[in-house]
Amino acid sequence: MESKSAKGWLYLLPAILFLGAFLVYPLIDVFVYSFEEGYNSASQTFFGTGLYNYSYILHDPYFLQAVRNTFILVIVTVPLSTLIALGISYGLSSIKALRELYQTVFFLPYVTNTLAVGLVFMILFQKTAYTDGLVNLVLGLFGITPVDFITGPYWAKMFVLCFYTVWVVLPFKILILTSALASVSEDYYNAARIDGTRPFRIFRKITLPMISPMLFYLIITGFIGAFKAYSDVVALFGTNLNAAEMNTIVGYVYDMLYGDSGGYPSYASAAAIVLFAIVLTITCINLLISKKHVYYGR
Amino acid sequence: MKVVLQNLTKIFPGRGRGSHETVAVSDLNFEIPDGELIALLGPSGCGKSTTLNLISGLQKPTDGKIFFGDDDVTDLPPENRGVGLVFQNYALYPHLSVMDNIIFPLGNLRGKEKMTKSEMKQKAHEIAKLVQIDELMDRKPGELSGGQQQRVAIARALVKMPRVLLLDEPLSNLDARLRLQTREEIKRIQRETGITTVFVTHDQDEAMSISDRIIVMREGVTQQIGGPQEVYDDPANLFVANFLGTPPINVFSASVRGGRLYIGDNDVLGIKNIPDKEVWAAIRPEGFVLDENGPLECGFGSVEVMGRDISVVSENPNAVKPTVRSIISSENRVDRSQKTVRFSLKPKKVFIFDKNTEERLRFETE
Amino acid sequence: MNRDIIRSERAAKTKKTVRSTLTYIILTFWVIIVLFPFYWMVLTSVKSYASYNSEHIPKFFTLSPTLENYSSAFTAVPLGRYFINTVIFTVLTTALMLIVTVPAAFAFSRLRFKGRDAVFTLFLSLMMIPYELVVITNYTTITNLDLRNTFTGLILPSVTSVFYIYLLKENFSQIPDELYYAAKVDGTRDLKYLFKVMIPICRPTIITITILKVIECWNSYVWPRLVTDDPNYYLVSNGIQEIRENGFGRENIPAMMAAVVVISAPLIVLFLVFRRKIMEGVARGGTKG
Repeated sequence: MESKSAKGWLYLLPAILFLGAFLVYPLIDVFVYSFEEGYNSASQTFFGTGLYNYSYILHDPYFLQAVRNTFILVIVTVPLSTLIALGISYGLSSIKALRELYQTVFFLPYVTNTLAVGLVFMILFQKTAYTDGLVNLVLGLFGITPVDFITGPYWAKMFVLCFYTVWVVLPFKILILTSALASVSEDYYNAARIDGTRPFRIFRKITLPMISPMLFYLIITGFIGAFKAYSDVVALFGTNLNAAEMNTIVGYVYDMLYGDSGGYPSYASAAAIVLFAIVLTITCINLLISKKHVYYGR
Repeated sequence: MKVVLQNLTKIFPGRGRGSHETVAVSDLNFEIPDGELIALLGPSGCGKSTTLNLISGLQKPTDGKIFFGDDDVTDLPPENRGVGLVFQNYALYPHLSVMDNIIFPLGNLRGKEKMTKSEMKQKAHEIAKLVQIDELMDRKPGELSGGQQQRVAIARALVKMPRVLLLDEPLSNLDARLRLQTREEIKRIQRETGITTVFVTHDQDEAMSISDRIIVMREGVTQQIGGPQEVYDDPANLFVANFLGTPPINVFSASVRGGRLYIGDNDVLGIKNIPDKEVWAAIRPEGFVLDENGPLECGFGSVEVMGRDISVVSENPNAVKPTVRSIISSENRVDRSQKTVRFSLKPKKVFIFDKNTEERLRFETE
Repeated sequence: MNRDIIRSERAAKTKKTVRSTLTYIILTFWVIIVLFPFYWMVLTSVKSYASYNSEHIPKFFTLSPTLENYSSAFTAVPLGRYFINTVIFTVLTTALMLIVTVPAAFAFSRLRFKGRDAVFTLFLSLMMIPYELVVITNYTTITNLDLRNTFTGLILPSVTSVFYIYLLKENFSQIPDELYYAAKVDGTRDLKYLFKVMIPICRPTIITITILKVIECWNSYVWPRLVTDDPNYYLVSNGIQEIRENGFGRENIPAMMAAVVVISAPLIVLFLVFRRKIMEGVARGGTKG
């Protein structure tokens, strides 16, 4: 018996070592950091413990800017992308011809490098000395004056960011919703048809409740993901996000850790924990709401 | 409501290259009198479910017509036909309570027919009483037993007072005990409502026990239409004879020579008006009579006690299956040490079929 | 009354056609939005520097495609280096991930020992830890160990994923116990059973997690950015960022696009080959969360 137990642990050992070193220990450590005032990573010294780090970041205009940007991004993209994904998946599930092709194309952005495609978006939206950029040309057709979406006004930059974020997150949502829709048994639809149910009522009374668990799952993960936005922002606006007024909370964490303004793991930790607290709160609220409205089958 | 099917045909196109089209239903003709309970019986893939879907309107026929009464409903979409359909797995909406499931169809009514919520509930309660689930109205389908779910499904199908009620394998998802109980129940509900009802089943017991009329199907073609006793006592062909009855009928390779039926060398029965030829002889298990001097000799196998009856299992080289099963009254004593057993036959339980067409060859006894 | 029904039937049919046409139009519109950036990047990458810059209004096609941008993508910036780095990083990380994941999943699903379930619960709860929280300490750890700008530093913290262990464990658990007992009766050792029975049976899942890990590695940006500042150790994502900010001179967009095409191509090819597997795997990952 003893040797059997030892064998089990032996198989687990690599996983435990890796997880211990790079997941569990850091988790504990980050809380420690966040309370150590003025921690210096070079000398590994600090001069006190307390809430100073939190107070610092909460008074840092860059952090507040980052929080604001993140919240705008979340509030715009999560509902928008979920709705678009729902529409597209519903459309997908109602067609037969070319369905597979459409599905494949829709999923394509999932496997592309965010940084690389971000660069393409940048070119499409950028207005330079040489050219107004393609998007501005198209907008020009509707009589809209060209705007530089990449280094121009705040709302324009936020628009591109939201647009790109939706573009990036949609594949996953479409995939999940399409398979959720496909898993609703044809019998329910037939039963509803026999009773002469109109399409909208079928959608609202049958389809929506049946896929509601997946829908809420997407909303919850969508919130979490959007709160952690970072690399797509870098892709569009470069690494100096504070200067571009486009920083996000995660961007702020990394900037504090490393980069031009870096070297402050304590501030970074405090910011990361604040982010975690926000995400946790939102997730709990989501779960509470979903308990009320989601049908979980047995 | 009378239901008439005329030359009904359904062909599914082949899927993908090189695959052939499938004829699911071929030139179906029958008429269901008003208020009857009809069973569509046949093995899986015989087209019975397709027929049901054609009647419901979920599928469109390739050819032929369907009438409800005098109305041609062939081109009507399901919602305009006034049918109620109970699905094999019930298709109850799992997120809705029993009450909401039952009133769901009523919520679709528009215009003059539109009902208020309380009218709907009133109606739902009436139906629920009929199928005896009025105490379960607040439960979710997941909290109900299979039999209860079945009743809810029937209630939902009935609540709009359909012209025709259709049931797809209504008992197949129930365990054996519930099956007996539920089939009585279906019969009672059908009687009380008087709605013309068609149900699909592959279980001949089920079909025999509750239907007014059975339609036996095979590979899309009707084999026989008739009352339960009629199809059992007077099968139109070998397939029907084989398909109905438990234990199944015993089929022998036999021949007719000079007005006598021979199984091997045994001259088992005198028959008139069948010319000399090779035939199939099929004998119901209850058609055997233990008889020391009987004409049919079989190798003795074993005896199975079934309570009121006993079943004698024997062998005959001319039988299609390895064993011949006969059912005789348990008052008979069987000598289990014997090597052979002899039977005489009840002429009414013997059917003769053409060797090639497998159609019934009727005969008269001497 | 019958005529009314026929009329409504006809109206319903028209409505249906309109609806399905509309569906196709909307779906196709989104197809264009998805594909256009890809088209644009390939198009721009084959336009010459001179012709690109002379187009005040960008053209939607080019009559004189050139591959010069691709050669400058490899010569003017060390794209080849980034590429090789990423391949090394991806292969080693994925291999290590499998070496860690398979035995752990085996232990959780097949071996019975004290504390197993407790550890498994602990593992599951680890799935909820956000990456942003632990990256800070990992960064200091790697820095303190003097592992910045090394493959070791890049790879080690990227190896484990609790989710893959969980996914594989679920799959292993579906293999009936009888198979294991039968093997035991025959005197098969655990390790042999794992390799000869469990892994072959669960090959689809193993392929899935391998592909998912490859995608993850190929696109990883945050961690490589933190621990490398020597371009000799840049991965493609960092390379792109570097090219954008310092390479080619900021205006050589066609060359940049050539680099983007080169970087995106491997995963797109992988996706087109393993399309079904990848989508299935991601969907399953989604369902199990």
